[in-house]
Amino acid sequence: MDYLTKLESKSIYIIREAYYRFKRIAMLWSVGKDSTTLLWLCRKAFFGNIPFPIIHIDTSYKFPEMYQFRDERVKQWNLKLIIGRNEEKLREGMGPDQGSKLECCNELKTNALKLVIKKYKLKAILLGIRRDEHGIRAKERYFSPRDSQFKWDYENQPAELWDQYQSMVEEDEHFRIHPILHFTELDVWNYIKREKLPIVSLYFSKKGKRFRSIGCVPCCSPIDSNAQTIDQIIEEIRTTKTSERSGRAQDKENIYTMQKLRALGYM
Amino acid sequence: MNEEHILPIIIVGHVDHGKSTLIGRLLYDTKCLPLDKFLEIQKSSESLGRNLEFAFVMDCLEEERSKGITIDTTQTFFKTSKRRYVIIDAPGHKEFLKNMITGTTQAQAALLIIDIKEGIREQTKRHAYILSLLGLKQVCVILNKIDLVNYSEYKFLTLQKETTEFLNQLNIYPNFVLPISAIHGENVAIHSQKTPWYKGPTVLEALDVFDELRVEEKSPRFPVQDVYSIDGRKILVGRVEAGKINVGDSLFLLPEKKQVVVKKIKKFLQKASTAHYEESVGIILKGRHYVRRGDILSGDLFPLISNNIRANLFWMDHTSYNIGDPLLFRCVTQEVSCRINKIYKKFDPASMELIEEEAPTIGEAEVADVLINLDKEVVVDSFSEIPEMGRFVLERNGIPVAGGIIN
Repeated sequence: MDYLTKLESKSIYIIREAYYRFKRIAMLWSVGKDSTTLLWLCRKAFFGNIPFPIIHIDTSYKFPEMYQFRDERVKQWNLKLIIGRNEEKLREGMGPDQGSKLECCNELKTNALKLVIKKYKLKAILLGIRRDEHGIRAKERYFSPRDSQFKWDYENQPAELWDQYQSMVEEDEHFRIHPILHFTELDVWNYIKREKLPIVSLYFSKKGKRFRSIGCVPCCSPIDSNAQTIDQIIEEIRTTKTSERSGRAQDKENIYTMQKLRALGYM
Repeated sequence: MNEEHILPIIIVGHVDHGKSTLIGRLLYDTKCLPLDKFLEIQKSSESLGRNLEFAFVMDCLEEERSKGITIDTTQTFFKTSKRRYVIIDAPGHKEFLKNMITGTTQAQAALLIIDIKEGIREQTKRHAYILSLLGLKQVCVILNKIDLVNYSEYKFLTLQKETTEFLNQLNIYPNFVLPISAIHGENVAIHSQKTPWYKGPTVLEALDVFDELRVEEKSPRFPVQDVYSIDGRKILVGRVEAGKINVGDSLFLLPEKKQVVVKKIKKFLQKASTAHYEESVGIILKGRHYVRRGDILSGDLFPLISNNIRANLFWMDHTSYNIGDPLLFRCVTQEVSCRINKIYKKFDPASMELIEEEAPTIGEAEVADVLINLDKEVVVDSFSEIPEMGRFVLERNGIPVAGGIIN
């Protein structure tokens, strides 16, 4: 079996394991390449009909291309979409220029997700994070318990032996489940290529620039690149000297911002 | 380079013997450390008033950096001219043993690192014992900090002999024993000029000698993970844990030993006639059968079907176990309530000594030979035959507290 099929099989196993355990489950879709890959894997796991809702956390600062791509896929793949917004903070004018980036991410992403989890009484959320993205994410488990405050107890994570994932959480806790934790950035692109997955156009070069990682407009900078096809992107990543999230402002504010964001429940 | 292959390796050893430093060094020397990450590490090291700390590549929690220890296991990717690797860094402190075990269960080979000044210590022994227990037999020994003993060949040979003898007792026969300095990069990526007496490989060369797990043709095992009803048809979903399955194959449904025939193999948007080892698929059987999660489709009747299982286990939880306390046995997709009825023997892996025979309890970090009594029959194989079907986890109140191997 080729290595992409191996990665895929492990992800599908985890997705099915998660669904077996938790019927109150949903998938978090940022519309980026990783969670779109995860979405595709969910379709595969259930032979095309995903039995749970897909959540999009809308900070209102996303790129127009992302909203368009989202709505096209929802129709094409017949998805049950939940849009999560922290309306109260949005009304108050929360943005990356109001206070710190940490605060903005925390309110418009983390707290918006908290509202969705509460409203739908979710016990598990599937997320498309990967170990090679960030040192903090490299310490994650496949099944990661969070308390009601979303706190990640990274100093005391459960043991995770072979493919046996912890299955029980307390009444007010939920699980973050990471089915593509073992994919690298390069693996994701190779998989997108093999599966002929549609992907947001922002990843492809226009006028010598492209986005390597996408999120909110004010906090994402494009990189210099002439990669206009998936093959060219793969070649570029193979030879690059910078890391994937180098264009993401929230990682830069302070060395431990990512750790603090994640401890607060950031995705 | 062969991008198809990724070998997961774990680095284990006593606290402060240099695990994280070696990994940082490997990433740096093979240019797998992005420039912005390097600058971040430099900044972080400076702010703590230290020289460049290669360990910060792996230890990126604030607590890990300020205390200079590894708390949790981390995985990072790295490549040589031969293939890709996932390197798993495991904490050396006894308190974080369950993180070390978590890391070890994901690896196919191990580097055991020993500070040449300190020699074999408590966690060196404990980690080696766990490698042996988990069947991880591909091991290289790294004698680190050779710079601190003036690159002495004598010191190297002495510890090499001692380490080899100790590992052989555990049935581990290391491929190589290497003298290195992780901090200065001696014998890591390039052969050191300071150890002219050493003719063996560098760490990178030694890594490339490890074999990937070979998949032998075995009789199939397909533990049923779930049963989906799609368009009125029952699809058994799961992953092939041994061998392969073809449409038309006649299999046994265990534990009942009922004979069934594979009618269809389902993959999304794909026509399939075979399900390969490690592949997640759906299976439709001919005829009507009552199938549940935890049932096993098997090509033969060799698995042990019993409600009494003898096994070796290691206890990971802080709270010890008393004979008779309820536990949950989990092996592939099987989950059955159980209890340990007998503790024949237990060992302290750090001293490698027998602690007690016919013991009433098992404590943290102890290894024991036990008899598990289950509420109903389970289907298992010997770990050496089919590893996936011969290893298990025990949970107490939903928390994994022990792992075990069936021989």
